[in-house]
Amino acid sequence: MKNPFENLDKLLEHSGRLQIMSILVTNESYDFNSLKELLDITDGNLATHIKALEKEKYLSIKKSFIDRKPNTQYKVTEKGRTAFKKHLDALEAVVKQQK
Amino acid sequence: MKETQDYEKDLASIRTMMERSVKFISLSGMAGVMAGLYALMGATAAYFIIHYPLSPLRYRIDSIQDNDNLWKLLVLAAVVLGASLLTGFWFSYRKAKKYNVKLFNATSKKLFISMAIPLVTGGIFILILLGTGHFGIAAPACLIFYGLALIQGSANLYDEVRYLGFCEIILGLVSALLPGYGLIFWALGFGVMHIIYGAIMYTKYDK
Repeated sequence: MKNPFENLDKLLEHSGRLQIMSILVTNESYDFNSLKELLDITDGNLATHIKALEKEKYLSIKKSFIDRKPNTQYKVTEKGRTAFKKHLDALEAVVKQQK
Repeated sequence: MKETQDYEKDLASIRTMMERSVKFISLSGMAGVMAGLYALMGATAAYFIIHYPLSPLRYRIDSIQDNDNLWKLLVLAAVVLGASLLTGFWFSYRKAKKYNVKLFNATSKKLFISMAIPLVTGGIFILILLGTGHFGIAAPACLIFYGLALIQGSANLYDEVRYLGFCEIILGLVSALLPGYGLIFWALGFGVMHIIYGAIMYTKYDK
Protein backbone atom coordinates (compact mmCIF):
# COMPACT_ATOMS: atom_id res chain seq x y z
CA MET A 1 0.00 0.00 0.00
CA LYS A 2 1.18 3.45 -0.85
CA ASN A 3 2.28 5.60 2.00
CA PRO A 4 -0.35 8.36 2.42
CA PHE A 5 2.16 10.52 4.28
CA GLU A 6 3.91 11.15 0.99
CA ASN A 7 0.87 13.00 -0.28
CA LEU A 8 0.80 15.49 2.57
CA ASP A 9 1.63 19.00 1.49
CA LYS A 10 4.71 20.29 3.35
CA LEU A 11 3.45 23.87 3.29
CA LEU A 12 0.01 22.97 4.57
CA GLU A 13 1.23 20.76 7.40
CA HIS A 14 1.42 23.90 9.48
CA SER A 15 -1.99 24.37 11.05
CA GLY A 16 -1.97 28.17 10.70
CA ARG A 17 -1.45 28.02 6.94
CA LEU A 18 -3.96 25.18 6.70
CA GLN A 19 -6.57 27.33 8.44
CA ILE A 20 -5.90 30.27 6.13
CA MET A 21 -6.42 28.02 3.12
CA SER A 22 -9.63 26.55 4.63
CA ILE A 23 -11.08 30.03 4.87
CA LEU A 24 -9.98 31.01 1.37
CA VAL A 25 -11.40 27.92 -0.37
CA THR A 26 -14.85 28.49 1.19
CA ASN A 27 -15.01 32.22 0.51
CA GLU A 28 -14.65 34.11 -2.74
CA SER A 29 -12.13 36.43 -1.10
CA TYR A 30 -11.12 37.43 2.42
CA ASP A 31 -9.31 40.48 3.75
CA PHE A 32 -6.35 40.69 6.10
CA ASN A 33 -8.16 42.06 9.13
CA SER A 34 -11.01 39.56 8.93
CA LEU A 35 -8.48 36.73 8.65
CA LYS A 36 -6.60 38.08 11.65
CA GLU A 37 -9.75 38.30 13.72
CA LEU A 38 -10.99 34.84 12.82
CA LEU A 39 -7.64 33.12 13.36
CA ASP A 40 -6.79 35.18 16.43
CA ILE A 41 -3.09 35.56 15.55
CA THR A 42 -0.70 38.50 15.36
CA ASP A 43 -0.14 40.69 12.29
CA GLY A 44 3.43 39.44 11.87
CA ASN A 45 2.45 35.80 12.15
CA LEU A 46 -0.31 36.13 9.60
CA ALA A 47 1.89 38.11 7.23
CA THR A 48 4.58 35.41 7.36
CA HIS A 49 2.11 32.63 6.58
CA ILE A 50 0.59 34.61 3.75
CA LYS A 51 4.00 35.33 2.27
CA ALA A 52 4.84 31.62 2.32
CA LEU A 53 1.55 30.74 0.63
CA GLU A 54 2.00 33.50 -1.93
CA LYS A 55 5.51 32.31 -2.77
CA GLU A 56 4.08 28.92 -3.75
CA LYS A 57 1.32 30.75 -5.69
CA TYR A 58 -1.40 29.19 -3.51
CA LEU A 59 -3.12 32.55 -3.16
CA SER A 60 -3.33 35.81 -5.04
CA ILE A 61 -3.32 39.27 -3.52
CA LYS A 62 -5.35 42.28 -4.51
CA LYS A 63 -4.59 45.58 -2.84
CA SER A 64 -6.97 48.51 -2.93
CA PHE A 65 -8.16 51.43 -0.85
CA ILE A 66 -11.52 51.66 0.89
CA ASP A 67 -12.17 55.13 2.33
CA ARG A 68 -8.47 55.86 1.93
CA LYS A 69 -7.60 52.92 4.15
CA PRO A 70 -5.54 50.14 2.58
CA ASN A 71 -7.54 46.99 2.05
CA THR A 72 -5.88 43.74 1.05
CA GLN A 73 -7.99 40.92 -0.31
CA TYR A 74 -6.74 37.37 -0.69
CA LYS A 75 -8.01 34.79 -3.13
CA VAL A 76 -7.14 31.15 -3.52
CA THR A 77 -5.58 30.22 -6.87
CA GLU A 78 -6.37 27.06 -8.84
CA LYS A 79 -2.99 25.70 -7.78
CA GLY A 80 -3.83 26.42 -4.15
CA ARG A 81 -7.25 24.80 -4.41
CA THR A 82 -5.79 21.64 -5.94
CA ALA A 83 -3.05 21.49 -3.30
CA PHE A 84 -5.60 21.96 -0.53
CA LYS A 85 -7.80 19.17 -1.87
CA LYS A 86 -4.85 16.82 -2.20
CA HIS A 87 -3.69 17.61 1.32
CA LEU A 88 -7.20 17.07 2.69
CA ASP A 89 -7.43 13.66 0.99
CA ALA A 90 -4.01 12.74 2.37
CA LEU A 91 -5.04 13.81 5.88
CA GLU A 92 -8.12 11.64 5.68
CA ALA A 93 -6.10 8.70 4.38
CA VAL A 94 -3.56 9.08 7.18
CA VAL A 95 -6.22 9.19 9.88
CA LYS A 96 -8.06 6.25 8.35
CA GLN A 97 -4.93 4.14 8.14
CA GLN A 98 -4.07 4.67 11.77
CA LYS A 99 -7.46 3.53 12.99
CA MET B 1 6.82 13.92 12.84
CA LYS B 2 3.26 14.73 13.71
CA GLU B 3 1.06 12.35 15.66
CA THR B 4 -2.20 10.97 14.33
CA GLN B 5 -4.18 13.08 16.75
CA ASP B 6 -2.50 16.15 15.31
CA TYR B 7 -3.83 15.21 11.88
CA GLU B 8 -7.26 14.68 13.35
CA LYS B 9 -6.99 18.09 14.95
CA ASP B 10 -6.04 19.55 11.54
CA LEU B 11 -9.14 18.04 9.97
CA ALA B 12 -11.32 19.39 12.75
CA SER B 13 -9.82 22.86 12.45
CA ILE B 14 -10.46 22.91 8.69
CA ARG B 15 -14.12 22.27 9.37
CA THR B 16 -14.35 24.95 12.08
CA MET B 17 -12.61 27.57 9.96
CA MET B 18 -14.74 26.84 6.90
CA GLU B 19 -17.89 27.12 8.96
CA ARG B 20 -16.92 30.14 11.03
CA SER B 21 -15.68 32.07 8.00
CA VAL B 22 -19.05 31.89 6.22
CA LYS B 23 -21.63 31.51 9.01
CA PHE B 24 -22.84 34.35 11.14
CA ILE B 25 -23.10 32.43 14.40
CA SER B 26 -23.98 35.31 16.66
CA LEU B 27 -27.70 35.23 15.93
CA SER B 28 -29.36 33.87 19.05
CA GLY B 29 -32.36 31.57 19.26
CA MET B 30 -33.73 33.73 22.06
CA ALA B 31 -34.04 36.61 19.59
CA GLY B 32 -36.36 34.41 17.50
CA VAL B 33 -38.52 33.52 20.50
CA MET B 34 -38.81 37.16 21.53
CA ALA B 35 -39.63 38.29 17.97
CA GLY B 36 -42.36 35.64 17.89
CA LEU B 37 -43.82 36.91 21.16
CA TYR B 38 -43.83 40.51 19.91
CA ALA B 39 -45.57 39.37 16.71
CA LEU B 40 -48.27 37.55 18.70
CA MET B 41 -48.82 40.60 20.88
CA GLY B 42 -48.99 42.74 17.74
CA ALA B 43 -51.46 40.36 16.11
CA THR B 44 -53.65 40.45 19.23
CA ALA B 45 -53.65 44.25 19.16
CA ALA B 46 -54.46 44.15 15.44
CA TYR B 47 -57.39 41.85 16.17
CA PHE B 48 -58.86 44.46 18.48
CA ILE B 49 -58.43 47.10 15.79
CA ILE B 50 -60.00 45.22 12.87
CA HIS B 51 -62.09 42.23 14.08
CA TYR B 52 -63.30 42.92 17.59
CA PRO B 53 -65.90 42.00 18.83
CA LEU B 54 -66.20 39.30 16.15
CA SER B 55 -64.31 36.00 16.48
CA PRO B 56 -60.71 36.09 15.22
CA LEU B 57 -61.44 32.86 13.32
CA ARG B 58 -64.14 34.50 11.25
CA TYR B 59 -63.30 34.69 7.55
CA ARG B 60 -63.25 38.37 6.63
CA ILE B 61 -64.99 39.28 3.41
CA ASP B 62 -64.70 42.99 4.02
CA SER B 63 -61.37 44.80 4.22
CA ILE B 64 -60.24 47.88 6.07
CA GLN B 65 -61.87 50.78 4.37
CA ASP B 66 -60.93 53.63 6.66
CA ASN B 67 -57.51 55.24 6.69
CA ASP B 68 -57.57 55.60 10.45
CA ASN B 69 -57.32 51.87 11.07
CA LEU B 70 -54.78 51.41 8.31
CA TRP B 71 -52.47 53.92 9.97
CA LYS B 72 -52.94 52.22 13.34
CA LEU B 73 -51.95 48.89 11.78
CA LEU B 74 -48.92 50.38 10.05
CA VAL B 75 -47.66 51.93 13.29
CA LEU B 76 -48.30 48.64 15.09
CA ALA B 77 -46.34 46.70 12.46
CA ALA B 78 -43.47 49.20 12.66
CA VAL B 79 -43.36 48.86 16.47
CA VAL B 80 -43.26 45.04 16.24
CA LEU B 81 -40.51 45.20 13.60
CA GLY B 82 -38.48 47.75 15.55
CA ALA B 83 -38.75 45.84 18.83
CA SER B 84 -37.76 42.57 17.10
CA LEU B 85 -34.72 44.16 15.44
CA LEU B 86 -33.58 45.82 18.67
CA THR B 87 -33.96 42.59 20.63
CA GLY B 88 -32.18 40.63 17.89
CA PHE B 89 -29.35 43.14 17.92
CA TRP B 90 -29.06 42.99 21.70
CA PHE B 91 -28.94 39.17 21.85
CA SER B 92 -26.47 39.00 18.95
CA TYR B 93 -24.27 41.57 20.64
CA ARG B 94 -24.19 39.49 23.82
CA LYS B 95 -23.53 36.24 21.97
CA ALA B 96 -20.76 37.80 19.89
CA LYS B 97 -19.12 39.03 23.09
CA LYS B 98 -19.37 35.57 24.63
CA TYR B 99 -17.63 33.95 21.64
CA ASN B 100 -15.19 36.83 21.40
CA VAL B 101 -16.04 37.67 17.78
CA LYS B 102 -16.99 40.98 16.26
CA LEU B 103 -20.63 41.64 15.45
CA PHE B 104 -19.74 43.57 12.30
CA ASN B 105 -17.41 41.45 10.22
CA ALA B 106 -17.11 40.29 6.62
CA THR B 107 -19.81 37.65 7.19
CA SER B 108 -22.44 39.85 8.79
CA LYS B 109 -21.91 42.45 6.09
CA LYS B 110 -22.51 39.83 3.39
CA LEU B 111 -25.57 38.59 5.28
CA PHE B 112 -27.00 42.08 5.62
CA ILE B 113 -26.65 42.85 1.91
CA SER B 114 -28.08 39.53 0.70
CA MET B 115 -31.13 39.84 2.98
CA ALA B 116 -31.69 43.53 2.35
CA ILE B 117 -32.44 43.01 -1.35
CA PRO B 118 -35.60 40.86 -0.98
CA LEU B 119 -36.65 42.72 2.18
CA VAL B 120 -36.49 46.20 0.69
CA THR B 121 -38.14 45.00 -2.53
CA GLY B 122 -40.92 43.38 -0.50
CA GLY B 123 -41.32 46.40 1.74
CA ILE B 124 -41.79 48.77 -1.19
CA PHE B 125 -44.11 46.30 -2.92
CA ILE B 126 -46.30 46.00 0.19
CA LEU B 127 -46.49 49.78 0.55
CA ILE B 128 -47.63 49.94 -3.08
CA LEU B 129 -50.26 47.25 -2.38
CA LEU B 130 -51.58 49.22 0.59
CA GLY B 131 -51.48 52.49 -1.32
CA THR B 132 -53.52 51.03 -4.17
CA GLY B 133 -56.08 49.37 -1.93
CA HIS B 134 -54.98 45.74 -2.29
CA PHE B 135 -55.17 45.11 1.45
CA GLY B 136 -56.04 41.42 1.18
CA ILE B 137 -52.69 40.24 -0.13
CA ALA B 138 -50.47 42.55 1.93
CA ALA B 139 -50.10 40.00 4.75
CA PRO B 140 -49.28 37.10 2.37
CA ALA B 141 -46.72 39.34 0.64
CA CYS B 142 -45.01 40.00 4.01
CA LEU B 143 -44.64 36.26 4.58
CA ILE B 144 -43.46 35.46 1.05
CA PHE B 145 -40.80 38.17 0.86
CA TYR B 146 -39.60 37.42 4.38
CA GLY B 147 -39.29 33.74 3.44
CA LEU B 148 -37.29 34.64 0.33
CA ALA B 149 -34.98 36.84 2.42
CA LEU B 150 -34.41 34.00 4.89
CA ILE B 151 -33.50 31.55 2.13
CA GLN B 152 -31.19 34.12 0.60
CA GLY B 153 -29.53 34.78 3.97
CA SER B 154 -29.31 31.12 4.98
CA ALA B 155 -25.99 30.75 3.12
CA ASN B 156 -24.45 32.88 5.87
CA LEU B 157 -26.60 31.57 8.74
CA TYR B 158 -27.29 28.22 10.33
CA ASP B 159 -28.80 25.78 7.78
CA GLU B 160 -32.08 25.57 9.71
CA VAL B 161 -32.93 29.12 8.63
CA ARG B 162 -33.56 27.77 5.13
CA TYR B 163 -36.39 25.54 6.40
CA LEU B 164 -37.93 28.45 8.28
CA GLY B 165 -37.81 30.35 4.97
CA PHE B 166 -39.63 27.58 3.10
CA CYS B 167 -42.29 27.41 5.82
CA GLU B 168 -42.87 31.18 5.58
CA ILE B 169 -43.22 31.02 1.79
CA ILE B 170 -45.70 28.12 1.96
CA LEU B 171 -47.74 29.92 4.64
CA GLY B 172 -47.66 33.06 2.50
CA LEU B 173 -48.91 31.26 -0.62
CA VAL B 174 -51.73 29.49 1.24
CA SER B 175 -52.60 32.78 2.87
CA ALA B 176 -52.81 34.44 -0.56
CA LEU B 177 -55.53 31.94 -1.44
CA LEU B 178 -57.43 32.78 1.75
CA PRO B 179 -56.96 36.55 2.10
CA GLY B 180 -59.71 36.79 4.71
CA TYR B 181 -57.51 34.85 7.16
CA GLY B 182 -54.58 37.22 6.66
CA LEU B 183 -54.18 38.07 10.33
CA ILE B 184 -54.26 34.41 11.40
CA PHE B 185 -51.57 33.47 8.87
CA TRP B 186 -49.52 36.51 9.79
CA ALA B 187 -49.65 35.47 13.47
CA LEU B 188 -48.71 31.90 12.52
CA GLY B 189 -45.81 32.93 10.29
CA PHE B 190 -44.26 35.69 12.34
CA GLY B 191 -45.40 34.58 15.80
CA VAL B 192 -45.69 30.81 16.12
CA MET B 193 -43.00 29.93 13.54
CA HIS B 194 -40.45 32.24 15.15
CA ILE B 195 -41.10 30.85 18.61
CA ILE B 196 -40.77 27.24 17.41
CA TYR B 197 -37.65 28.02 15.36
CA GLY B 198 -36.08 30.13 18.13
CA ALA B 199 -36.68 27.44 20.75
CA ILE B 200 -35.12 24.75 18.52
CA MET B 201 -32.09 26.93 17.76
CA TYR B 202 -31.70 27.90 21.40
CA THR B 203 -31.60 24.33 22.65
CA LYS B 204 -29.38 23.21 19.76
CA TYR B 205 -26.73 25.95 19.68
CA ASP B 206 -27.02 28.35 22.60
CA LYS B 207 -27.16 26.13 25.64
